Amino acid sequence: MTKLLKNGKTVADTWTHVTDDDAVPETGPVIVTLARWRAEHNTLAARKDGLGIRLESGQSPEAIKDDLSRFAVVALEFPKFADGRAYSYARMLKERLGYTGEVRAVGDVLRDQYRAMHRCGFDTLEVAGDVPADKLEADWQAALAELRHAYQPALRGPEPVLRQRHRAAAA
Amino acid sequence: MYRYDEFDHAMVKDRVEQFRGQIARRMAGDLAEEQFRPLRLQNGLYLQLHAYMLRVAIPYGQLNAVQMRKLAHIARTYDKGYGHFTTRQNIQFNWPKLSQVADILDELASVEMHAIQTSGNCIRNTTADQYAGVTADEIEDPRIFAEIIRQWSTFHPEFTFLPRKFKIAVSGAVGADRAAVRFHDIGLFIVKNDAGEVGFEVWVGGGLGRTPMIGKKIRDFVAKADLLAYLEAVLRVYNMLGRRDNMYKARIKILVHETGVEEFTRLVEEEFLDTRGGDLDLPAEEIDRIAAYFQPPAYEALADDPPALTARRFEDKDFNAWVRVNVARHKVAGYAIANISLKPVGAPPGDMSADQMDAVADLAEKFSIGGIRVTHEQNLVLPDVRQEQLYDLWRGLRDQGLADANLDHIGDIICCPGLDFCSLANARSIPVAEQISRRFADLDRQYDIGELRLKISGCINACGHHHVGHIGILGVDRKDQEYYQITLGGAPGEDAAIGTKIGAAFSAAEIVDAVETVVNTYLAIRQPKERFIDTFRRVGDAPFKESLYDKAA
Repeated sequence: MTKLLKNGKTVADTWTHVTDDDAVPETGPVIVTLARWRAEHNTLAARKDGLGIRLESGQSPEAIKDDLSRFAVVALEFPKFADGRAYSYARMLKERLGYTGEVRAVGDVLRDQYRAMHRCGFDTLEVAGDVPADKLEADWQAALAELRHAYQPALRGPEPVLRQRHRAAAA
Repeated sequence: MYRYDEFDHAMVKDRVEQFRGQIARRMAGDLAEEQFRPLRLQNGLYLQLHAYMLRVAIPYGQLNAVQMRKLAHIARTYDKGYGHFTTRQNIQFNWPKLSQVADILDELASVEMHAIQTSGNCIRNTTADQYAGVTADEIEDPRIFAEIIRQWSTFHPEFTFLPRKFKIAVSGAVGADRAAVRFHDIGLFIVKNDAGEVGFEVWVGGGLGRTPMIGKKIRDFVAKADLLAYLEAVLRVYNMLGRRDNMYKARIKILVHETGVEEFTRLVEEEFLDTRGGDLDLPAEEIDRIAAYFQPPAYEALADDPPALTARRFEDKDFNAWVRVNVARHKVAGYAIANISLKPVGAPPGDMSADQMDAVADLAEKFSIGGIRVTHEQNLVLPDVRQEQLYDLWRGLRDQGLADANLDHIGDIICCPGLDFCSLANARSIPVAEQISRRFADLDRQYDIGELRLKISGCINACGHHHVGHIGILGVDRKDQEYYQITLGGAPGEDAAIGTKIGAAFSAAEIVDAVETVVNTYLAIRQPKERFIDTFRRVGDAPFKESLYDKAA
């Protein structure tokens, strides 16, 4: 059973993923595929409940840059954890495209990658499996705390070492 | 050399504990092997034919005596008493136990070393010219920027799962390239622009492996402050667009080739507009802070060719040969750069025993103020030796079997571990290197042949750099038999070239004779003072083909 991690807490997920074959439910917030969005653009845009989009790892957010304001969630897929494209996509969404909604990691989301996802700007993580909520939250805390410092700037995480060094020197 | 501050110490220490935890979770069954694999690789741990192998980074090839002694200690305590220096300024231990790996990493951390990102699809150990800081023809010391890149690339959250591995090299020398810069995913040459500012010329998409390519220049000048922003732009384009459908086409060289240099450059420049001018800008204070660690030592006012040296050279023919072949000119009068060949006759290239490591550490403390360097040619360098002490150094090296005077000659073979160790290999490479070095053991014969770079890889992945050997040898598997293909005309440096395959492969029994035939052909047709590579460039492959394959001739 998939759980949703947000800021290190498991939270209720109100969103429904709709595949290309599923019927879109009448009500409630849905996350649709890029193909679905392209095919049913007008109907989906008219929905009153929330709309999100799911991008596969070969689909760059560039493809939806003009429609971003319509999506409350952009879900970026890790088809396997070793496919790292979504790390760059998450940064592109927030840094270049100025997206302010929820960026969600879906697919092969594993504990040893929580920290990198967090630093690259993912807001929520869908974690598959039967891990109890408290274990999931403890894993999250541990994964983030494992490395105290970071050399490079990113969207979140510790202040880069380089800046700490020269702040200390200036003080 | 660079010394860790509190942050650098914390970084490697935390990493050891993190990996210790991952190993424990793996052993408890909480982490599947498939999930553990990239984690252990990014900590330098391979599973090879017979055992685990740990690859330790020697960033930009710089070591001090304390670190060398630690490597000796690790070789002795956790391994079989030796280590193997690689073509990427790393050292490999072939027999560690999984349960002891975290302890080895702890030992390394205690001397400011690590095995971080020496494998895996991430940014690997950044390499540099082994003569950095001591060669006269240098604009600025590349180690400063290699260290900055080391830090930036360490645990980069965005670039930990790239399409494939990523290697960066830096050189600051004018006219000479000792770091094979054009054969890296990113190669950086330190240059001066028309305004007199120092920055970087950027080459992208070089590499060896099954599709060897010389890198393409994508920018004439990147300012120092923009270095990381530019690198991040290149990496981001690669991370998003590099092929992931076929691991043999996943390196950036294929992306650059398939996209076209112009379009690739445009994409990088577009990304660079976003990455520059922000947090990635490199402050001058940070460059200064790191540069301070690479300030030249206090050299004494000495003269070149002191009587103590010239007299010894006159008296001792072997010493004279070693000075002529293995010693390079230092930027400061009275000092010398001494190369230590790790290519003795009949032994695996790049291997060193724990006792030899300890001895070199002692000699470095006694005779080389600047410590020790490791070269991509699998040799060592003592960069700051007083010329008047070269004789004592040489005697110390000779006692350890480390005074082979064969640098850049046919005995100085680059060679991968091959099928004796490596799970990827198709053929053994070390025995071939050993046999060739025995066949050409006579140094006078080597000197007559002159400069000749011979490089051997046991498979198409080309860790032995055979594509850029003047003579390259590639081991292939043919119906479970080891065969060896010869390429001619490759060159790694400022005259970068990829060798061309000369014809059908030779069996293990034939390959040494074939190499000798190539060498004899060269000797017969060379012009006065013409190097092998220059003869090949003048005449092409026809005479070599003829003598190798035309039995009637």
